[in-house]
Amino acid sequence: MSRELFKFKGGVHPPGHKSESNSRPIHAAPLPKKLVIPLRQHIGNPAKPVVEVGERVKKGQLIGEADGYISCAVHASSSGTVTAIDMQTMPHASGLPDLCITIETDGRDEWIAHAPLDYRAMVPAELRMRLRDMGIAGLGGAVFPSAVKLDPGAAQACPTLIINGGECEPWITCDDVLMRHRADEILQGVTVMRHLLGSTEILVGIEDNKPEAVAAMQAAAAKMDFAVEVVAVPARYPGGGAKQMIETLTGKQVPSGKLSTDIGIQVFNVGTTYALARAVHHGEPLISRLVTVTGHVLRPQNFEVLIGTPMHTLITLAGDRDGTTGVLMGGPMMGVPMPDLEVPVVKATNCILVKSNELFPPLPRALPCIRCTRCADACPAELQPQELFRFAKAGDFGRAQEYHLFDCIECGCCSYVCPSHIPLVDYYRYAKGEIWAREKEKRAADLARERHEFRLFRLEREKKEKAEKLAAKAQAKRAELAADPSASGAPDADAKKALIAAALARAQAKKAEVAPKNVDHLTPEQQHSIEEIEARRAKIRELAHQPLESEEKP
Amino acid sequence: MLTAIGVMVAIAVVTGLVLGWSAIRFKVEGNPLAEKIDAILPQTQCGQCGFPGCKPYAEAIAKGEADINQCPPGGEEGVKKLAELLGVEPKPLDEAHGTPKPKSVAFIDENTCIGCTLCIQACPVDAISGAAKQMHTIIAAECTGCELCLPPCPVDCITMVPIAEDLPHWKWKHPVVMLKQVEEEHA
Repeated sequence: MSRELFKFKGGVHPPGHKSESNSRPIHAAPLPKKLVIPLRQHIGNPAKPVVEVGERVKKGQLIGEADGYISCAVHASSSGTVTAIDMQTMPHASGLPDLCITIETDGRDEWIAHAPLDYRAMVPAELRMRLRDMGIAGLGGAVFPSAVKLDPGAAQACPTLIINGGECEPWITCDDVLMRHRADEILQGVTVMRHLLGSTEILVGIEDNKPEAVAAMQAAAAKMDFAVEVVAVPARYPGGGAKQMIETLTGKQVPSGKLSTDIGIQVFNVGTTYALARAVHHGEPLISRLVTVTGHVLRPQNFEVLIGTPMHTLITLAGDRDGTTGVLMGGPMMGVPMPDLEVPVVKATNCILVKSNELFPPLPRALPCIRCTRCADACPAELQPQELFRFAKAGDFGRAQEYHLFDCIECGCCSYVCPSHIPLVDYYRYAKGEIWAREKEKRAADLARERHEFRLFRLEREKKEKAEKLAAKAQAKRAELAADPSASGAPDADAKKALIAAALARAQAKKAEVAPKNVDHLTPEQQHSIEEIEARRAKIRELAHQPLESEEKP
Repeated sequence: MLTAIGVMVAIAVVTGLVLGWSAIRFKVEGNPLAEKIDAILPQTQCGQCGFPGCKPYAEAIAKGEADINQCPPGGEEGVKKLAELLGVEPKPLDEAHGTPKPKSVAFIDENTCIGCTLCIQACPVDAISGAAKQMHTIIAAECTGCELCLPPCPVDCITMVPIAEDLPHWKWKHPVVMLKQVEEEHA
């Protein structure tokens, strides 16, 4: 029985270069002395560090917890001591630093206590949170937190689950080798995904340039207690892109600006599925992955690498050679150049491609676009790359968006076929970055406007409130006076006088209370002399009146 | 003749009524042009244009009382957008209103701050938190970089810090395309 396959538009056939690295078995990379584990390895909020400098950590211990729904935890890849939590250069095209946790390994590689999850007994939401806390993210390249993708949402179920083993990009073979050697575990991961998504149709898409992987997966699928269809799809770049894989297998196109789940399909990379199986069936968080080291090295091969291992140790392991002109993370079509080789392997690192002038001769200088539209023929997203290039170059980003710039998957087919050797994808990346920056600015401006308007409203309100408060106070005073029974009936002036008199009396009483009294507790003699003095005073006062009378008399 | 006049009058009355009714029914609140202009302005609320905020400036432009080149934070691009909206020729920024600066946020040196609240009263977007005799601090995410808090500070503890490029804010640069291969020319 063979499934009817569909053809996506465009695509190219670059030389595969798979055989260099896929024939050697998986080799576990030795434990490095130092692991540098970035906290931002996934899409979404970076993880928050939960360890301190100097702290001893064990292999698999949580060192950065997920921050929010779209986020992912990070774990110590081996046992040792945390020596730094600081900014380190990231494996990113920008070469900018970001927050990383550095662990000096002790060589014991001692695991923290871990146990398999009884996923069937767990509530789906709880299981998803556990997967987020075990750091499971998409290993196909986008590193989107898998827990979010495993939520079927309002639809309750996602009928079709596609396991993507396409691996269309030249040189990379980590998924190929994983499927050859660990097919059973990949399918154990599928069991969990199927359980969470409620999928009824499971498809595994593998490009037909990997017959061993197809055979291994088919053998493993035959052992499962549910139907898994392993399909060999024609090899054509970018057939391993999620949207292209969906179209090849089902004939459905994901509408522009929508997600594949909107048409009832979810896609996971085989590496993610394997990591999920390790997490659920062994309780191991995502701390290692397969990395292809190939290109200009002596022994191109796949390593099982701990997250945080410096890239140069892997190149040394594979046998570095003279004449290296640079290193890409990823393949030749979509890979990004690395700022230096000290940068660590992260969850997104599927391949370390060492370049040389023989393998990757420098591009001849770019010539003007002759509008031959070969790029449009090659574009798998059915865009007009020549128009997008024109708008991006001119800074006309609005028009570029009208031409669906954001449907571009940056696969590089257009640059690959361009007879003028124009780095088209670089222009699209530039345009996308500018549009995002402008949108961010717009949001900031809207926030500022809102806050400014609220401030004006607040000042106005405060003024009004103050005036109202004063008015209310005056009103209350008047009401109080009106209600006073002693003052009622009497005119206002009398009431005031009475009030003043009362206040005076109170003040005098208080003063009398406080004033020192030297006439208390007197002896009888003192009392007597005081009385005498008083009597004299009275007499003098009397006398003072009398002369007036005597003057009148004469 | 009379019928013709009657018909014309009837038409005039009916149209008049419809127009009059729709003028009330579909009345637009506020000035739509000023709102469109305000949407283009960067909302820094810095007052460099000579108006107390972006909205008054937008209203002044809409009334034709202000020129389109008085907003340094908006830059040349802002002027271009305004010119496009208003159908006029873009012109260079008026230097009298200041020159564009790299985007910055204010930063309070908390060791020097005396807690006078003068900057809080000056901030147009309430992006400074603090109270009297308490240390103040800038809410960086909400600071527009208008610099209005600098002059009132009696101890000069506020500085403008340009926003550094970090990983979440990094963007791909315009591709550098080699126009001439120098080695070839020399060979």
